[in-house]
Amino acid sequence: MSEVLTGAERKLDADDGGGGARGAGLVRFLLGKLGGALLSLAMVVVLGFLLFRMIPGDPVVTMTKGRPVSAEQLAELRERLGVDKPMWQQFIDYILGLFRGDLGTSYIFQRPVADLILERLWPTLLLVGVATALAIMLGLWFGIRAAWRRGSGFDKLSTGTALTLWSMPQFWMGLLLLIAFSGAFPSGGMRYPDTPPDFLSQSLDVAYHLVLPCLTLTAALYAQYLLVMRSSLLEEMNSEYLTTARAKGLRDDLVRRRHAVPNALLPTVTLVFLQFGMVLNGAVAVETVFSWPGLGLLTYEALSGPDLPVLQSTFLVLAAAVIFMNVLAELLYRILDPRVRAT
Amino acid sequence: MRLGNPRVARSVRSLVTVSLVGGLVSVAAAPAALAQEQDEKVTLRVALTQEIDHLNPFMAILQSSTGIGRVAFDYLTRYSAKDQEPIEGLATDWKTSDDNLTWTFQIRDNAKWSDGEKLTAEDIAYTYNLIMEDETAATANGSFVSSFEEVTAPNDTTLVIKTRTPQATMLALDIPIVPEHVWSKLDKVDDPKMDQPPIVSSGPFTITEFRPKEFVRLEANKDYWDGAPEIDGLDFVFYDNADGAVSALQNGEVDLVNRLTPAQYETLEGEDNIAVNKAQGRRFNELLMNPGAATKDGEPIGDGHPALRDVRVRQAIAKAIDPQALAERVMSGYAEPGSSVIPPVFEDYYWEPTEDQRWKFDPAQANRELDAAGYERGPDGIRQMPNGTPLEFRLLGHKGRAFDEQSASFIVEWLKKIGIKVTQEIVQDDQVNEMSSAGEFDLMFSGWGVNPDPDYILGLHRCSARPNAAGHGGTTDSFFCDQEYDRLYARQLAEQDETKRQEIVKQMQERLYEQAPMVVLDYDNALEAYRSDKFADFNVQPQPTGVIMEQNGNWGYYQAKPGDGGAEGGMPTGAWIAIGAVAIVAVAGGGIALRKRGKSVDDRE
Repeated sequence: MSEVLTGAERKLDADDGGGGARGAGLVRFLLGKLGGALLSLAMVVVLGFLLFRMIPGDPVVTMTKGRPVSAEQLAELRERLGVDKPMWQQFIDYILGLFRGDLGTSYIFQRPVADLILERLWPTLLLVGVATALAIMLGLWFGIRAAWRRGSGFDKLSTGTALTLWSMPQFWMGLLLLIAFSGAFPSGGMRYPDTPPDFLSQSLDVAYHLVLPCLTLTAALYAQYLLVMRSSLLEEMNSEYLTTARAKGLRDDLVRRRHAVPNALLPTVTLVFLQFGMVLNGAVAVETVFSWPGLGLLTYEALSGPDLPVLQSTFLVLAAAVIFMNVLAELLYRILDPRVRAT
Repeated sequence: MRLGNPRVARSVRSLVTVSLVGGLVSVAAAPAALAQEQDEKVTLRVALTQEIDHLNPFMAILQSSTGIGRVAFDYLTRYSAKDQEPIEGLATDWKTSDDNLTWTFQIRDNAKWSDGEKLTAEDIAYTYNLIMEDETAATANGSFVSSFEEVTAPNDTTLVIKTRTPQATMLALDIPIVPEHVWSKLDKVDDPKMDQPPIVSSGPFTITEFRPKEFVRLEANKDYWDGAPEIDGLDFVFYDNADGAVSALQNGEVDLVNRLTPAQYETLEGEDNIAVNKAQGRRFNELLMNPGAATKDGEPIGDGHPALRDVRVRQAIAKAIDPQALAERVMSGYAEPGSSVIPPVFEDYYWEPTEDQRWKFDPAQANRELDAAGYERGPDGIRQMPNGTPLEFRLLGHKGRAFDEQSASFIVEWLKKIGIKVTQEIVQDDQVNEMSSAGEFDLMFSGWGVNPDPDYILGLHRCSARPNAAGHGGTTDSFFCDQEYDRLYARQLAEQDETKRQEIVKQMQERLYEQAPMVVLDYDNALEAYRSDKFADFNVQPQPTGVIMEQNGNWGYYQAKPGDGGAEGGMPTGAWIAIGAVAIVAVAGGGIALRKRGKSVDDRE
């Protein structure tokens, strides 16, 4: 991994030298991208509000199902939640709340949605972050070698395995792992209640709980990096500059590492960033199988209710993450690839 | 990482690799270290498969949360473990005035809060008054105080409650009592602080740690007025799916699980060190038959089939359904066939139809009755109303609920035999709720968990439980409305003589059974399992056929005893093997990586 990136960086250092006149262009480019992002975000806000109101169901009825409530209590609850107001007024309240940074209060938990999301954000970031990082490393490593030795047994085996794992339903793979490693790793959750409170014990316990869910998610994710890396490297492999490099007498290993891979990295970088936007989406299936207290689970739970404030907020946060990462990917693309800058 | 000196580069790389390997090994070895740090304390670890909404007792609604409330807080009275009769709680004695409107409770003087303060009658009066005055405080338990006029505490050991109308439910006030000296300092009842420890309470356990969606830890209250618990701690650990909880029980990560499916139960039944409990449950499943949905004022709503307004049609359907077959084939025998809306586990109130009254499974008889009632079969074999409307019913059920999905095909087949065509409408819960409260169904699956006091479940079938003109505010289950039934309901609520009240409650069930706005299909068994190597048999409620978890009390947890085998904490053997394997792989992998790295660096030189 480190060599791969180093190669790319070095190339950049060499290329990045000219053009102060492009400053104005850069500002225009930045403003354009940011404006587009803000517009998308505004549309997400409106869409999120309308979309979840189409789910059938009365939150008040769901909340009080199966326990003693009087008609007066139901009316009070309806008023407190604000669901008795006309739709346009609810929308205005929602927008005004957003400007104040208030995402509303969850119907089910009766707590500020922002608190709920923050509480669930870290477990999800940890799980999906680690799994994505592992998947990228595995995917690139196998992808590069599979492409370099295209058609070999190694290529067939690694690509085949990756595709098989990728096609498996995540919850099923999770359950299989749970059964296979039952006893060796925890059956669920993020830590044991009786773990000593000091940082080291806590971290180790969380890491121990992380193994199975992370393994499941990595296995499911790495195939796409492998495939993208493999195909873009294959495209580069017929290029003439590689012949030149070989003609210079460079060993095969160096030809691959210093010349082919940096050029083949671009599509993968895009994928990495787009995927990172999805990180907040969590991994509903994996989180459910392993009782991982994350954000995906929160969204899923909120659907039955429906817990509108939670739904529209998670939708907003998720969309915002994707939009942000998209902008970032485009900026990075400009830095990574001189051809993009030139246009 | 590009370092000029290859020697430095190599050693840096080696260092990184070694520390990576070291990290892996220590992750794998972590549980071992943790296990060693566990001391001799006995903690009962309970798997929860339901979310915790609040620990704040005024806001807690979900079963899992109120269950934790039952071990952390005290109540005015308790339900005995033996037969769920009201027995002393914070109140040691009580009496009523001649007009049955004033109740005087004697409050014990040996109860203490977990912060050391003394618990007095003022705390109880404060709790009840808060619910009466503050809408938010009424969220979870408002219905219990709805007829209260005034609650006062003339001194530390006396509590006086005045009600507007006589209440038979005064010994069934399921309200956790909170300390006035803590709560009176709050600005609002739903202060998030009150969901996080320290939560001052007076029950047999005290909540010490809460991590949402992960676990709740409680510590035994050694000064509890009814005696200290024999165990030192109680952990509720959250599992998102029942399979995870079962696996945790098998691995010894938790000690007690419930809400098992028959398949899970049968798997656990044969295992060493695990004991199972098949208990009489408080839940029943029913098939509602829309008797003509209407608002409180009698204004018809919804689109229920007109033929179901005819009691003869409903009775014929009741005779065409075989609850015994559902209990055996859908519930694999882990249920008892149903009859009335109060399950037999509440034996004082349970009513069983006599042999003459019982709707016996007899399709031929049902056919004869429908013939006699004038519902003749059309050319396609489907019966018609006299005006020609065919008897085609929709059957509404919950998607993903095994009972609904599986029973539906039985119902369709059974009713086909009596000339009624049934179409399944198995949809999402939210949609079921919406359609049922709007009266938009013909037949529908529903179910309830019943409390020891029958008032609530009986109240669901009153005329006044139906929704208002705007379609809101209804708590009705069946849209049933019957003057005779409502009259009996009012009488039981005011009846202070327990035996007489039981008699009226039985009459109500008889009336409901005979009018058949629903067929009670089965009473589900509650299936539980626990580590018998670590804990002795639990105290079930009611004895001897009841549940350990989800009691109307805390006997299961409060009176839990360590088993004879001694609670052996720490890691299961499988974990040690895995740790060893991971360590070996990590070391081997690290070694190979080191060698390769070394080589490539040399080569580059």
